[in-house]
Amino acid sequence: MIRLTDVEMEYENGTDAIRGITLNIADGEFVFLVGPSGSGKSTIINLLTGELIPSAGRIMVNGFAVSTISGKQLPLMRRTLGVIFQDFRLIEKKTVYDNLSFVMRAVGASPKEIRKRIPYVLELVGLKDKALCHPTELSGGEQQRVAIARALVNNPTTIIADEPTGNLDPDRSLELMRLLIRINELGATVVIVTHEKELVNRFEKRVVTIDGGKIISDQIGGYVGGTIHG
Amino acid sequence: MAKHNIGYFFREGMSNMFSHGFMSFAAIGITVACLLIMGTFSLVAVNADAQLKTLESENEVLAFVNEDYTEDQAKGLQSELENLSNVASVQYISKEDAMASFQAQYPDEQMFQNNLKPEIFRDRYAVHLKDLHLTKETVAALKDVEGIDDVNAYEEISNGFITVRNIATVVCVALILILFVVSIFIISNTIKLTTFDRREEIAIMRMVGATNGFIRWPFVYEGFMLGLLGAVISFFLQWALYEAVARGVATNDTLQLIHIVSFEQLWVPVAAVFGGTGILIGVGGSLSAIRKFLKA
Repeated sequence: MIRLTDVEMEYENGTDAIRGITLNIADGEFVFLVGPSGSGKSTIINLLTGELIPSAGRIMVNGFAVSTISGKQLPLMRRTLGVIFQDFRLIEKKTVYDNLSFVMRAVGASPKEIRKRIPYVLELVGLKDKALCHPTELSGGEQQRVAIARALVNNPTTIIADEPTGNLDPDRSLELMRLLIRINELGATVVIVTHEKELVNRFEKRVVTIDGGKIISDQIGGYVGGTIHG
Repeated sequence: MAKHNIGYFFREGMSNMFSHGFMSFAAIGITVACLLIMGTFSLVAVNADAQLKTLESENEVLAFVNEDYTEDQAKGLQSELENLSNVASVQYISKEDAMASFQAQYPDEQMFQNNLKPEIFRDRYAVHLKDLHLTKETVAALKDVEGIDDVNAYEEISNGFITVRNIATVVCVALILILFVVSIFIISNTIKLTTFDRREEIAIMRMVGATNGFIRWPFVYEGFMLGLLGAVISFFLQWALYEAVARGVATNDTLQLIHIVSFEQLWVPVAAVFGGTGILIGVGGSLSAIRKFLKA
């Protein structure tokens, strides 16, 4: 569960990125977070992952009070999240398998658990045959699916995707979105930051629109207001 | 740390080390140079100290007895001299013994061998001191003893030895401190390159919830191995250098008086200090390099 209560974020340069946002996302929900550039979407992602500490307000993520979290608790909170980035952020010198095994190892998984889990996750994202490939040998869509597999491999309760389709063509974007919906159906909470208007409208999911650091709409299916700019 | 991670950390550390071959070579090289310079000065200090201890044990002050004292009266001063502080031992030398000793120094001088009489010598005590630093005070105390007329001490010589030892110690400590900082700086920079290379990997590990300890270990291993390798190489170089110098001293006639402590007596502490310092430099450097990446 994600809960933001009266959250404000002011950067050191005086920019008010978030101005009193209150937002609840229940376990198992699928939510699009949309808004124009500079609206505060990325700041919210950084607040949820503990990269930023809010200037005011309270943030709860999967039972952890992120706004006041200690250095020792932060890694434990992050293990409940799987984060996907627009630029994939795969390690090029590692194979697909190693890209996944190293994040499992990082949270203390045993070699036996790693051997068991990775084939399952690769099958889930349709890349079972690409385990020994390096990321540079894969297409953009395949690389993003590796990134999704990496986000899933530690079995997080929440997936946060920051512009996951930004580097993909429309077909691959749709395919990826269906994959994320399937992951959601398997029980994970999914939060997607995007500005792909057509993609958002294609699914009857909850859409939270942010502008100027505030929530301007929160509804099922589509968004209100003007065009969403990247 | 889970057991199955030890092999992983080791492999990662080795991989880091080889991925920056030149910088790793430079880091090992500077560690070797630093340890070698530090070790050489330390061994010079150790030998100077050993030499001084030998001299201290051999150092004697001659306390001359009043000429009017009979032999029995002169011998009676022994216990009083033994009770003075900083006196290790005293040995009575009669006029006859003093003359024999003098003659022994000049076996070819017929004049000294035939014409001397014991009466021209004085009864005396050879006084051995515990601590050369206190020579001046002990000489004064000896002079205050009734029946002792004069004291012949080689204060200048002993003070000279003390000065040499003190300078060697100060230079050694100063060099150790400077070289220690330089070594840490170089190793830290080498590992900073690795952390820079792997910054994306570190960011991902942090994002998935790796603890700082887990992220830190491969870099600690890398520093550990750089330091240890530097220590092992410098130990063997130091050994070879020491043996070469010892052989040089032993075969040089003018340096015969200098006694070099054998490396067999020193190798254990040298290995321990080199190993400990190398590892400290390596691990310290890696921890200093990785610190900024681990800030949440």
